[in-house]
Amino acid sequence: MSSKKTFSIGGIHPDKFKITADSPVREAGLPEYVYIPVKQHIGAPAKILVQKGDKVKVGTLLADADGIVSADVHSSVSGEVTKVEDIEGEFGWLETMITVKVEGDEFEPAIDRSYDVIKDIPYTPEEIVQIIREAGIVGMGGAGYPTPIKAAVPHEKKPDYLILNGIECEPFLTADDRLMIERAEQIIVGAKIINKVLGIQNAIIAVDENKPEAIEILTNISRRYVGVNVQVCATKYPQGGEKQLIQAITGREVPPGKLPIDIGCIVQNVGTVYAIYEAVMKHKPLFERIVTVSGDACARPGNYLVRVGTPASFLIEQCGGVSEDVDQVIFGGPMMGTSAVNINAPITKLTSGILLLSRRITARPEEGPCIRCGKCVDVCPMGLRPFAIASFVRDNLYDELKPLRVADCIECGSCAYTCPAKIPLLDYCKLGKYELKKSK
Amino acid sequence: MFTISTAPHMSSPVTTQTIMRDVIIALLPAALAAGLIFGIGAVKVMLTAVAGCVLFEYLISRYLLHKGNTTVDNSAVITGLLLAFNLPSSMPVWMILTGCFMAIGVAKMAFGGLGKNLFNPALVGRVFLFISFPVQMTHWPRPSWGDFLNTDVQTGATALGILKHLDVQSSATALSDQSSALSELPTYQEMFLGYMGGSLGEVSALALLLGLAYMLYRRVISWHIPFYYLATVFVFTCILWLYTGNIKYDPLSHLLSGGLILGAVFMATDYVTSPLSTGGKIFFAVCCGLLTVIIRLYGSYPEGVSFAILIMNAFVPLIDRHFIPRIYGTGRH
Repeated sequence: MSSKKTFSIGGIHPDKFKITADSPVREAGLPEYVYIPVKQHIGAPAKILVQKGDKVKVGTLLADADGIVSADVHSSVSGEVTKVEDIEGEFGWLETMITVKVEGDEFEPAIDRSYDVIKDIPYTPEEIVQIIREAGIVGMGGAGYPTPIKAAVPHEKKPDYLILNGIECEPFLTADDRLMIERAEQIIVGAKIINKVLGIQNAIIAVDENKPEAIEILTNISRRYVGVNVQVCATKYPQGGEKQLIQAITGREVPPGKLPIDIGCIVQNVGTVYAIYEAVMKHKPLFERIVTVSGDACARPGNYLVRVGTPASFLIEQCGGVSEDVDQVIFGGPMMGTSAVNINAPITKLTSGILLLSRRITARPEEGPCIRCGKCVDVCPMGLRPFAIASFVRDNLYDELKPLRVADCIECGSCAYTCPAKIPLLDYCKLGKYELKKSK
Repeated sequence: MFTISTAPHMSSPVTTQTIMRDVIIALLPAALAAGLIFGIGAVKVMLTAVAGCVLFEYLISRYLLHKGNTTVDNSAVITGLLLAFNLPSSMPVWMILTGCFMAIGVAKMAFGGLGKNLFNPALVGRVFLFISFPVQMTHWPRPSWGDFLNTDVQTGATALGILKHLDVQSSATALSDQSSALSELPTYQEMFLGYMGGSLGEVSALALLLGLAYMLYRRVISWHIPFYYLATVFVFTCILWLYTGNIKYDPLSHLLSGGLILGAVFMATDYVTSPLSTGGKIFFAVCCGLLTVIIRLYGSYPEGVSFAILIMNAFVPLIDRHFIPRIYGTGRH
């Protein structure tokens, strides 16, 4: 374990609020109905294979990936399909979801439900990619990029770095932290599986400094695996951003418009790696994940193993419900998550947290004039100038935005968090990106 | 019902108001020093300047610009205090108010208020007063420790004035005159603590450095502008001093006297009128330092800090255009 690393441009240090870091993962239990969206990833919605009245088991394929950039969707419960229609999601928009009425908890027979760690990888790289595809695995760090595409790298682009992203830099969230503590060896075996697919021997597990328990456990176990190393990174936001993490670990930077593989890097979230392990070794498709339920207005915060499709409100009830104090319910983290309109919306493969926040956290003073303090420029991890972007967007001068490279914005929100005048800088950046895309 | 908002859903506790409050706190040691050194006259000047600046901003924002009351951000208090720090303690009240009007009305509000002004408002006020009322603005009461009510105030030249005077006389007057002038020069210790004639807030280097330490601790400003400004003046005068051996170039006197530390810590670091990037800040500070020394030594005034900073303020938009941060993933700057 060498000294801690960090990215060199920008970054912020928001309050951590990791109140659930010591809460072991508990099973959330089964709701009466689950609502499983057919699009929980970037790309095309999966093609629906079931209809009203069909009986399904845990792990039954419900919808098939439509093309390369898409992902399979499996049932997370056993029971009967009662509806296949558009239902209001967390934003209040309609999304196509498969509703399953829960009856018992019967698994597909192929699924190995034991917790024994299996270490031998009996498959060829091609077979592994096929298993990952059939398990419906997507990038669980939040992007939802279908994992098979990332795993099946063309031979001429052999990477020299596999980085496991164990950085959980969003305040409140501890789902990845608990996963690394409780499933450390599985994650490391998962790394060896990806190694085999990529044809390389090494993997670096990047963990931020504020997770000493995960660092210790992973370091101890990784000694038994050749080529797997733990790298401690500074606790800084957005250390977990793919581009920032690559720069922290390798010193390389992903040029605009290029992918990490173009500079020889593959980054996988630890949750995704665990899902790959389960798919390959336990024949288990991706139908559940760890979700942190927390927030300053949450009565009983904790980490839960949740079936995909479970309504957020089911989880919230278990954690003490919605009190008067709750001002916002966030799906994801407070920096990049979405503020929910409908708390009956389901947990998806990408939902890392459900946060109940009070005005104490969410209050944002009234916007004032820019005082040219330059803090937004100092904190932008992409080296952009948010104040300048905002002023051009405000005046509809979209042509001026191109040289400012607003398209490179990773939407981490560091600028808007920091701005002392409380100007919604990220909103302006997003609007600028949108307008530029539209004019193309 | 829940509140719906775009990300991020939390924000830093640092706001414009807390930054301004921190700057005011950082100015307090120098204000206290001014009260102790110059007595009630200093208190009167500070109260008048602060009240004048806040009042003008209130009247203009409320009744002329119809923007509501913009004084709640406390920036006018800072302008008022900084203007007072640049005046002698014997300044008449009506003159101070004219300076406040120039600072707030012309230099700040006419440009669109906080964040829009090109020039540092307090410095514009000071230079206006300096040109309009040169006699009152160069009438320097001596320190009156222990005589708070100023019953027996004497006046004299500032340290920089003495050095300048020395320069003008050196060819014509006898050596004895020079040494008598030199004996009036305060010791380094007096300069550091502030026991010398001068503007209210500029005399005590110790009090100003305490303010600087507080602002650095609270991360209100970065160290670059104060450090490079002071270092440039020190190194430049050092070179001249070593080369000529002339006392008028004495680097420590230049560092500790006049408005240099006040300017480098509180005026050149004003967010609105200084460059954004670190590279730009360093360039700006070094230029301020060079101009200060050139004006002090070769200009017609003994003091050059105000002019140096105002001249560099005008270059800030150009500096900001040149010094832009490197964008991730690109080699260019």
